Amino acid sequence: MIAAAGPSPFVAFGADLPMMAACTVMVLATALIVVRAIKGPTAYDRIMGMNSAGTCAVIIVALIGFATRRPDFLDLALTYAILNFLATIAILKFVKYKRLG
Amino acid sequence: MSGIAILDMSLLALIVFLAVGAIEVRNLYSAVMLSSIYSLVMACFWMTNDAWDVAFTEAAVGAGISTILLIGTLVLTGSVETVRKAVSWPALATTLLAGALLIYGTLDMPRYGDPKAPAHTHPMYGAFVRQDVPKHPSGRSAADVAAWHKANPDDKHTDFFHGHVPNQVTSVIVSYRAFDTMFETAVILTAGMALILLLRGRRGNPQRGGLI
Repeated sequence: MIAAAGPSPFVAFGADLPMMAACTVMVLATALIVVRAIKGPTAYDRIMGMNSAGTCAVIIVALIGFATRRPDFLDLALTYAILNFLATIAILKFVKYKRLG
Repeated sequence: MSGIAILDMSLLALIVFLAVGAIEVRNLYSAVMLSSIYSLVMACFWMTNDAWDVAFTEAAVGAGISTILLIGTLVLTGSVETVRKAVSWPALATTLLAGALLIYGTLDMPRYGDPKAPAHTHPMYGAFVRQDVPKHPSGRSAADVAAWHKANPDDKHTDFFHGHVPNQVTSVIVSYRAFDTMFETAVILTAGMALILLLRGRRGNPQRGGLI
């Protein structure tokens, strides 16, 4: 674990500019995905949106972890990735077979 | 303004957008997807607010389990409502037994408003009041309070309200975990309102209340 360098883990915009810039881009990408998921005419658009939003969330969580100098958050990102996969599989299975068992 | 605050605001805007979408969309399927995305973005928001235990729970329960549960519900419900008249006696007995046990458990609790309850007879005292951050509205500093307690070591019950209330339970719930408790209460209020809205039956335009 890398200990926080400053007195506060919440650093200003300038301190971790690359991480925060990447975060901003990922939030923009999430916004586009959300637009597609809300507008999307078919269910597949929304399944795709959910999966992509999960991926974006994984990356945002990891970036926030590094930007606030606490890379332990990476564990959380890994958990999100696993859960997202699980939910997507369940939904696709339901779409294909109309049941979960 | 820090970068985290800007990030917070954009995430919150997305969350509002998603919530409105999940309520407005008429296809239940799509509502499940949107609520799943909502949970993921909400988890990111908890993350930026330094509450990663909440973020963990939100992702595991909101995005993972409840999506699968809702999909499972969609499998079971379908579009036709069936009425079952049969009573499952073992289930009824188990429920009644569990209820009786819970009521029996409450008998050990002190009477409501009992002045002799442990929470009232063991108030907060010196060691908990001495803190580095002065919070007293009269401006009495932490050092003053500490000096007073040093001069009067026997008095354990005088309280300067140094950011604390004498009752320990109230102190923990309202002083230490105030925001946490406030939003937990908001969650319970929202759940109660949703239940009332669901259970009171539909009135008015039946087309708007349709499931799919």
